[in-house]
Amino acid sequence: METLLALCVGLLVACAVYLMLAGRLLRYIFGLVILSNAANLAIFLSGRLTVGAPALIAEGAEAPAAGIANALPQALVLTAIVIGFGLFAFTLVLAFRAFSHLGTLDGDDMRLAEPERPAKEAGA
Amino acid sequence: MSWLLVLPVALPFATAIAAFLLRERAAGRWVSILGSAALLVVSGLLMAQVLERDVIAGQMGGWAAPYGITLVADRLSAVMVLITAIVALAVSVYALADIEARLERLGYHALFQVLIAGVNGAFVTGDLFNLYVWFEVMLIASFGLLVLGGSREQIDGGVKYVALNLIATILFLTGIGLLYGTTGTLNMADLSRAVEDVHPGLLTANAMMFLIAFGMKAAVFPLFFWLPAAYHTPAFSVSAVFAGLLTKVGVYALLRCFTLIFDHDVGYTHEILLWVAGLTMITGVLGAAAQTDIRRILSFHIVSQIGYMVLGLALYTPLALVGAVFYLVHHIVVKANLFLVAGAVQRLAGATELSRIGGLYRSAPLLAALFLVPAFSLAGFPPLSGFWAKFVLVRAALEDGGWAIAGVALLVGLMTIYSMTKIWAAAFWSPHPDGREPALSTLPAGQRRGFLIPIAGLAALTLVIGLAPAPFVTFAEDAAAGLLDPSAYVAAVLGEPPVEVSALEDAR
Repeated sequence: METLLALCVGLLVACAVYLMLAGRLLRYIFGLVILSNAANLAIFLSGRLTVGAPALIAEGAEAPAAGIANALPQALVLTAIVIGFGLFAFTLVLAFRAFSHLGTLDGDDMRLAEPERPAKEAGA
Repeated sequence: MSWLLVLPVALPFATAIAAFLLRERAAGRWVSILGSAALLVVSGLLMAQVLERDVIAGQMGGWAAPYGITLVADRLSAVMVLITAIVALAVSVYALADIEARLERLGYHALFQVLIAGVNGAFVTGDLFNLYVWFEVMLIASFGLLVLGGSREQIDGGVKYVALNLIATILFLTGIGLLYGTTGTLNMADLSRAVEDVHPGLLTANAMMFLIAFGMKAAVFPLFFWLPAAYHTPAFSVSAVFAGLLTKVGVYALLRCFTLIFDHDVGYTHEILLWVAGLTMITGVLGAAAQTDIRRILSFHIVSQIGYMVLGLALYTPLALVGAVFYLVHHIVVKANLFLVAGAVQRLAGATELSRIGGLYRSAPLLAALFLVPAFSLAGFPPLSGFWAKFVLVRAALEDGGWAIAGVALLVGLMTIYSMTKIWAAAFWSPHPDGREPALSTLPAGQRRGFLIPIAGLAALTLVIGLAPAPFVTFAEDAAAGLLDPSAYVAAVLGEPPVEVSALEDAR
């Protein structure tokens, strides 16, 4: 199961890199989302997979029984998903504003802040 | 005790809430200034405690060390929090003159304070995942500040800034996940013990992920492209606080992780850092030479100066780390101040593009004098703070036998003078192309004070560090000793039982 998930992470990263290298902002953002999901999956995997043993402490016991699932990576992934969602929302709005202000989502055409000739015409 | 560790984070958050509620009124900006002043007091108290007890640690929510979230301040953290507070106060006063009411209504002061909270959180946390969370707090606030106002240049620069910083973030997160997978802990003090059991090859691979993630935040070669693409677009106050603090958080994280956790194979990892440092210095300063806009010149100089700090870490001798710590503190003050001066230049002369301004030496001699202090300090003229910082680093390089890197450091210093004289000659010395005589007296009194008080204050601090460097060097020596031998840090986090049980919720 670990091998399968590891391959899945690799596949997601490959898709993400392919999308991000396309040179279009929207595809780049989708690539970022896939990449962050790959990262989340990798964290989940780093806690080792445990089947059918929820992280619960039995009634009256002081400590959980041995061999339960590791709850910490799940908490980390949850935090990362929430943060990633917020950033994704911001990035989408930014892309929308970029399109309405600059009229393009092609990375090569976005030269406003760094014009190729910074001399006089930049101020015009 | 742990309240002193919590306040540098909690206070700016509280200020942010108050400033947001009062954003429609003039009171909002005074709340921001007051909050920054209170932060300075708290940081001073924290520094006093750290000087007395070396390292102070607090466990949030009363969960013992490797399980809960630890806040910890050693000398390096304390001085970073203190310098952050100084810059925050200077910039929030500067904002009186610089930030228009439109941006204030959009919540400038609140975003600014959240940024400061994120920066301080990154400095005092003792937990890697918590560091990630503070990076995100800092990042989202900086996104907001960068595009606040929404001009076309800002959106354009913002897209590149956001796109590249998010990659660094994801890489950092993946690195954390893998490190947890191999060690089973994320507490930084605990990690410094736990990594001994990990296969060194695996650990080095993991260290490289952190190196790239933090390197991107710190804007080192070849990962710096987001910085000169964005830093010249927002309001000057925003540029100044970004220039002073944001990349330095990356440098701080590098310093912390590559002394505390990844010191297993210094010959390999720090050799890479040495190359990165040299190339960062050179590309930054060459990039600056090609620019003709004050803010873009200064942005490239941030990159080249980061190289010096990384150099100190790369050499990894006690003297070199002293240099790195000293450089870090000196550079925050100087760089923020140069951007503040650029803002005043823009207001007086009408632009920051060098071909369109001039005459400021004749019409505003005070501003010219105040520009010279940070500019010469950046270039490393004696007796200003930058001279001592470079002196310590170059000497450390020579003692270590690094003739080539010492030569690079000196050459880059020379080329920094070239850039500074370029700004001086075009903006201050040559006459204004439109024949304008932009005097400080043309500004309303309140605005004049808003510009001059922070600039003069930071310039005075540069002079103090330059003229009386002994106590600062002694402090940097103690801080560097704490980095090289983290046993006190580890003992403070893990050894002692939690001093006080704080009622705070889990900070996550």
